[in-house]
Amino acid sequence: MSKIAVKVDDLTVAYNYKPVLWDIDLEIPEGVLMAIVGPNGAGKSTLIKSILGILKPIAGSVSIYGKPYTKQRQLVAYVPQKGSVDWDFPTTALDVVLMGTYGSLGWIKRPGQKEKKAALEALEKVGMLAFKGRQISQLSGGQQQRIFLARALVQNASIYFMDEPFQGVDATTEIAIINILKELRKAGKTVIVVHHDLQTVPEYFDWVTFLNVKKIATGPVKDIFNDDNLTKTYGINYKVSIQE
Amino acid sequence: MDITEYIKLVFTDYTLRTITLGTAILGAVTGMLGSFAVLRKQSLLGDAISHAALPGIAIAFLITGAKDTNTLLIGALISGLIGTFWIRGIVTKTHLKSDTALGLILSLFFGFGMLLLTFIQKQPNANQAGLDKYLFGQAATLVESDVWLMAIVTGICLIVMLTFWKEFKILLFDADYTKTLGFNTKFIDILITSFIVLAIVLGLQTVGVVLMSAMLLAPAAAARQWTNSLSIMVFLAAIFGAFSGVFGTAISASQNNLSTGPVIVLVAAVFVAFSFIFSPSRGLLFKQIRFIKNRRDLELHKTLAFMHHIAETHEDISHPHTIKLLNNFQGYTKSTLQKLVEKDYVKLNGNMWSLTKTGFETAENLYTKQTTEDE
Repeated sequence: MSKIAVKVDDLTVAYNYKPVLWDIDLEIPEGVLMAIVGPNGAGKSTLIKSILGILKPIAGSVSIYGKPYTKQRQLVAYVPQKGSVDWDFPTTALDVVLMGTYGSLGWIKRPGQKEKKAALEALEKVGMLAFKGRQISQLSGGQQQRIFLARALVQNASIYFMDEPFQGVDATTEIAIINILKELRKAGKTVIVVHHDLQTVPEYFDWVTFLNVKKIATGPVKDIFNDDNLTKTYGINYKVSIQE
Repeated sequence: MDITEYIKLVFTDYTLRTITLGTAILGAVTGMLGSFAVLRKQSLLGDAISHAALPGIAIAFLITGAKDTNTLLIGALISGLIGTFWIRGIVTKTHLKSDTALGLILSLFFGFGMLLLTFIQKQPNANQAGLDKYLFGQAATLVESDVWLMAIVTGICLIVMLTFWKEFKILLFDADYTKTLGFNTKFIDILITSFIVLAIVLGLQTVGVVLMSAMLLAPAAAARQWTNSLSIMVFLAAIFGAFSGVFGTAISASQNNLSTGPVIVLVAAVFVAFSFIFSPSRGLLFKQIRFIKNRRDLELHKTLAFMHHIAETHEDISHPHTIKLLNNFQGYTKSTLQKLVEKDYVKLNGNMWSLTKTGFETAENLYTKQTTEDE
């Protein structure tokens, strides 16, 4: 068994009185491409946001390669939900991707030639180089998603957290994105994706976590992606034909 | 008084020069900071802050008994900041939305401020008159030291903005992501908000509690129309704000009985209206023109496609057909036909039309381009 990239212990998060996540224990091994699946309101985004320190948990702890997240930021990149920002913001595609370099730059220092080169490379990787000067509101939904992905790629992290990167994108973009994710895994990176389309789980991912406030199951897709766990997670009799 | 005379007066007349400089600097700094407020969707924050400053002015007067501008503005600053942090507190601690919190604090503080003002006016103190100038502002009371204060605050604000430009920008665009990169978003947020409060307080003497938020919003809203770059937007907003100040002062100085604050706000509103209509990319006028042109192009293309459809059935693509055939087609008018002839897509011969080779090829390739562009 390889190293543990992300370890979550007893994590409990509540917005008001009702817990959104209850007592989550989770170990994500290094180098997996993992889907987090579960119904709406299961706490999938909340789990990612709590791991990243955007939300404050009521209890529990998170470690990245054995150390707290705040000490390991440079190892982690985040792709938020596309709808979480205002795309009418006055800026260009290249500028958004450059934001991925801000973390390593730290306070005050501005991005220079080196950062710009890295950003252009990331844009090329997601097939958006031709749109580098485009105002972001003039990009299609799929293109905006690619820009977000490029911004995370620029961070050159070891662990990538992505919140529904396939939401509202067309088939071409979905294939382009999953190919990039598979490349990341090939390079030894760990990729964690909040995912909605159960049909594509066996095809895209090798690791899966079932979540519905509590953790239902986590492990290799081929072992635990079955009707039993799906039924436990979604509460209805779920039948998925698993492609071998 | 004509324009050259007025300009001469601005440079020679001490009072006019002070007021013009003051309103110009004020417009620049509020325009600059207003861009941040607008992009954070906190347009109404300025309104709440300026109204929240009123009780501070009244309390400062009650405590000191003096009408010294700086003392009163410190009072305004303190109560403005208290109002701002209450709004933040309400939004984070309760389920109320920010517009509700803003409205609540605005009316609460303003009501309390008005209560104090009426109480002060009933006092047997000869010094009391003139506090109500903070309601609508009175630019004529600006003196050189006020302008210096404005200039210093604007300078500091500019330095801070340039220093933390990168941090401001990323926070405005994506706060959660900024947090994951390790930036202290609370610090950046408080920095921006504090400067907004400071700029508003500085403007109270000139523009007043009631209209101050317009100084924050109008230049920024106008600037957004002209550019898709944050730096240019901030720069333009500062320019628009400054010119509103200069023009507003000029108009009110050359006409008797026109209060400066409201005139400045109206000039800023003219900038907004002009920008909304005439900006090339976002303006209503050019949008409408583009819309009409697109419609015409579409009609033309549809007619051409229809002709292509007919011509296709013949071996010779340039086989002549009668114009009557086209009457069944909705998009067809005489002028579209004329345009097609001008573009050398179609030839007319009496009552007959025939497609040219170019016309046929153009029709075949219509809109196949679009699918590749859209991916």
